[in-house]
Amino acid sequence: MSKVIGDVILDVRNISLRFGGVKALTDISFNVKEHEIRAIIGPNGAGKSSMLNCINGVYTPQEGSITFRGQTFDHMNSRQVAEMGIARTFQNLALFKGMSVIDNIMSGRNLKIKSNILLQALRIGPAQREEEQHREKVEQIIDFLEIQAFRKTPVGQLPYGLQKRVDLGRALAMEPQVLLLDEPMAGMNLEEKQDMCRFILDVNDEFGTTIVLIEHDMGVVMDISDRVVVLDYGKKIGDGEPEEVRNNEDVISAYLGTSH
Amino acid sequence: MAFFLETLFGGLMAGMLYSLVALGFVLIFKASGVFNFAQGAMVLFAALAMARFSEWIPQWLGIDNKIIGNVLAFMGAAVMMFLLAWLVERLVLRHLVNQEGVTLLMATLGITYFIDGLGQTIFGSAVYRIDVGMPKEPIFVLDGVFQGGLLINKEDLIAALVAACLVLGLSLFFQRTPTGRALRAVADDHQAAQSIGIPLNRMWVIVWFVAGITALVAGIIWGSKIGVQFSLTTVALKALPVIILGGLTSVPGAIIGGLIIGVGEKLSEVYIGPMVGGGIELWFAYVLALVFLLFRPQGLFGEKIIDRV
Repeated sequence: MSKVIGDVILDVRNISLRFGGVKALTDISFNVKEHEIRAIIGPNGAGKSSMLNCINGVYTPQEGSITFRGQTFDHMNSRQVAEMGIARTFQNLALFKGMSVIDNIMSGRNLKIKSNILLQALRIGPAQREEEQHREKVEQIIDFLEIQAFRKTPVGQLPYGLQKRVDLGRALAMEPQVLLLDEPMAGMNLEEKQDMCRFILDVNDEFGTTIVLIEHDMGVVMDISDRVVVLDYGKKIGDGEPEEVRNNEDVISAYLGTSH
Repeated sequence: MAFFLETLFGGLMAGMLYSLVALGFVLIFKASGVFNFAQGAMVLFAALAMARFSEWIPQWLGIDNKIIGNVLAFMGAAVMMFLLAWLVERLVLRHLVNQEGVTLLMATLGITYFIDGLGQTIFGSAVYRIDVGMPKEPIFVLDGVFQGGLLINKEDLIAALVAACLVLGLSLFFQRTPTGRALRAVADDHQAAQSIGIPLNRMWVIVWFVAGITALVAGIIWGSKIGVQFSLTTVALKALPVIILGGLTSVPGAIIGGLIIGVGEKLSEVYIGPMVGGGIELWFAYVLALVFLLFRPQGLFGEKIIDRV
């Protein structure tokens, strides 16, 4: 692999998250370097989604800190995290179902829109030009994801695999520095999975976006990731390059279910 | 035939006012998933503000001109609606993010009574007049049977025109502007909207304010017809069947639903009423809504919700 991995961009330190008496995450630390594809894997209920939701500001962990480009999260909500340049996709599709593909992806440009509500309402010059520029960017994303044929279709009517692409497109429209993908391959058939892998690799390669992805299907992840964190029962049991993790005994037993 | 047309027109007129109130419901429901029971109270509140400001402001400022007085009163009432929207977001909605729909409904029920009380505390509880210079016809009396009147007059035409402009403006705003798109996004999925950086709080203030303005317009039209009084809130009850008919998520649905109900209740009252001893107007809307709930629960234009199992 010839790509250049940069410095640490996202640093997760000693995160613990509890819901009442349930410990979802216990003392998790790892980092993500610029331009890498970093996977978080683990069996069902390992705390992967909780981890992602902490990074995304949906949950605030009781202990530990998350630092993004030198800025430490402090009771941030998802919107503030989005403003910092972190985008995400959702495991159970959270698209705007009634809206067309274009409108969905355009809504990802929300933070980039500068003209105020009054100019927009009157459709005065600058607001109009700005809208056209954003539209151009969105068309590029649509081309990139090969969904040109569906641009006017309400996303609720698209097949699942395509909806997943729109979800990715909306996140890409934010031009994020870090992209969080929550089980991008869940529920897909082999062909759709291969497409999705290709898109993820291309995003990483062409846009230089750093990617953090969650999967419980180990096979796919090992092929595309630079480094992998393995969680089980809310604890970190492995961290390293795919080959290293694959041979880690704790990881093998967690996945095969031998005694803990 | 002339009589039929007059009845039809009377029905359209009443229907248009139902539409305006229903529109407020739909806007808020679309943008925040909240079934805003307080829309009726907001109509009364807005109308009270308008009526009283148009008395007070000319006194305070010593203005004699009625038009300027009314414009200032309208602006004052709009500011009140903005404050109301801001307070509702600040004190209620902000603390109920991601709660169940029922919780939010109950919250708006509370808001309803609060607004009723607040409005009458600030503005008084007598019957007030709104006079925006609409040409009046004395034939419009509060007669129980032929409510709405029989003659086509200018006041109705102007009111219809104003309502049409408002609706057109709103639909352009929602469909064609980035803020409108953000509002639709919030309507579909709060979580996802936040993840792409849409500020939920500001969107809610905007949409409650827009709903407040529709309430204000409805309140002015209605208030200048029949006077500003507590019974305006019951108008909101008629908006419920309208949105069941039109679909809770559809702006055109609210408008067409309102017109259908307005026309339907007038025509049935006039042509079927005598056979059964009258009073159809009182229940027509609700029976129609019931039929829709049984056979087409998503309404004429609503989105059919299909859940993944």
